[in-house]
Amino acid sequence: MHAAAALAATLGRVVRHPGGAFGAGLVLLILLTAILAPGIAPHDPNRLDVVSAFAPPSGGHWLGTDQLGRDLLSRHIFGTRIAMAVALSVIAIALAAGMLLGVLSAYTSGPVERAILVAFDSISSFPSVILAMAAVAVLGSSMPMLIVVIATSLIPHYGRVARAQVLSARNEPYVEAEQVLGASGVRILLAHIVPNIIAPLIVIASLDIPVVIAIEASLSFLGLGLRPPLTSWGGLLQDGYQNLARSALPVMVSSGVLAVATLAFTMFGEALRHAIDPRSGRRA
Amino acid sequence: MTASPGIRLGALSVTFGRAIRALDRVTLEVGEGETVGIVGESGSGKSTLCRTLVGLTRPTAGEVEVLGEPVTVALRRDPRGYRRRIQMLMQDAVATLSPRMTIGRLLAEAVAIHGLDRDETEERIRSFLGRLRLPPSILGRYPHEISGGQARRIGVIRALLLRPRVLVADEPTAGLDVSVQGELLNLLMEFQRELDLTFMIVSHNLHVIKRVTRRTLVMYLGQIVEDAPTRDLFARPAHPYATALISTNPLLAAEDGGGAIILRGEIPSNAALPPGCRFHTRCPVARPVCAETMPELEPTAAGGQVRCHFPGTLARPGTGAA
Repeated sequence: MHAAAALAATLGRVVRHPGGAFGAGLVLLILLTAILAPGIAPHDPNRLDVVSAFAPPSGGHWLGTDQLGRDLLSRHIFGTRIAMAVALSVIAIALAAGMLLGVLSAYTSGPVERAILVAFDSISSFPSVILAMAAVAVLGSSMPMLIVVIATSLIPHYGRVARAQVLSARNEPYVEAEQVLGASGVRILLAHIVPNIIAPLIVIASLDIPVVIAIEASLSFLGLGLRPPLTSWGGLLQDGYQNLARSALPVMVSSGVLAVATLAFTMFGEALRHAIDPRSGRRA
Repeated sequence: MTASPGIRLGALSVTFGRAIRALDRVTLEVGEGETVGIVGESGSGKSTLCRTLVGLTRPTAGEVEVLGEPVTVALRRDPRGYRRRIQMLMQDAVATLSPRMTIGRLLAEAVAIHGLDRDETEERIRSFLGRLRLPPSILGRYPHEISGGQARRIGVIRALLLRPRVLVADEPTAGLDVSVQGELLNLLMEFQRELDLTFMIVSHNLHVIKRVTRRTLVMYLGQIVEDAPTRDLFARPAHPYATALISTNPLLAAEDGGGAIILRGEIPSNAALPPGCRFHTRCPVARPVCAETMPELEPTAAGGQVRCHFPGTLARPGTGAA
């Protein structure tokens, strides 16, 4: 099938882009880690072993243990699960809602269009983290809550791009040709406009994944995000930070994991952007 | 020509924004089964006229009737039925094919939208492909993988699958090799005769118009300035603009050995129309009255109509004809 061939070709270009193979490989590794967490974690992430608190890396605990003697490697492996669950749900919600509102704003005029645009502007006038902090402070925090709040803060990204894409696609000759052929507005939108505007949105989505990871980690670090027993990378960082005087290792592990994950998704996203739009990358 | 008009325009005006007058009180009747050509420069309103017929542009004032029914009424009453009566071949053939669908799926859309019989349509697509000398493998291709000439022919199939009675072609030969142009025109003429289409063809290319049509309209700044049987128009144009247009075409002009009349300046803007006759700013034989009163379309002896105070007065250098 042609679509599969196109996908393979795109992935090929991603892998050939400098850093693309590295990013894609790490992303794959992170996703596998998240999916297989219970199978690959050497220990129960929540098993206390106070006697061996702050143990240095060893054969039993490859990355050492935290203040309660919990295995840091296992905790970070389970943290990957949380990070991915949050990031992917946030992106899915923001992408879907953003597209819906963006398309709606392009197709309506008057109060509906203005309301949507004002909402986009209001949301994006706050930094995501601040917006999320305010919402969590008022509404309390839980994982679904956190996901919805972060997704809301990202909706304008997708909404604005979707709107601009629809506005320009709507005047394309092929859209007029479909009108002359008698295609309904819904058919034109779903069969002709959406497939032609989805690529830039996918790219933004891939570049937003590290942003979401960072926001969620920041909130959890500040104690406004996920609470134990959920092991968020931000929460792990907070644990380590509180015990920094006794051991620097937990902080180093948590920051390292966060850095590697955001870097991997950023590199993958960049490579994907170049692969989908070859014009963006004509640098010597 | 039959009694019932295929296309009837009554003082049709299209204004974009406040000031851009793309069409200005155009009145026209095209008989059912008639083939009419429209020539004129960019900005003369040719494309707007076509777009208005298929409902892509709304008239600002005046009437547009196709097969005896006003377009606005027909589009409200039965939009898909109207689409089945009139189809259009648009200028940029490749760009009119939705880029992420295969040719086969694009053709199958007609089935889905209009509820055509699937098997019969498949049969018709096969026979069209054969007649238009397109390989069946083209159905699996994407629009960017086919040539401009092939895209044109796919456009023709897509339009004719609906069995329209009126076909509007906006620059159907633009961007094609001369050999491909000829082939496409032959096919369009064949289909016109077979299906008894009311056929309106717009082109910059006077050869195309001369070859395909029996009647030609010359447009200038949103108005019809001459409407004449094609043979007469090319032999004895009455309007100075038509005379100049034909004289500057080397192949057509060579037939009678006349020289070219070079018009000074550009076509004026639709937003700032000259007073009086639209053409007087560039007309070699303009007199003071031309700047004051706009001429109306008046019948000519040859059976056409011309919008000029002094028709037939522009002589081509070298022919001595008046």
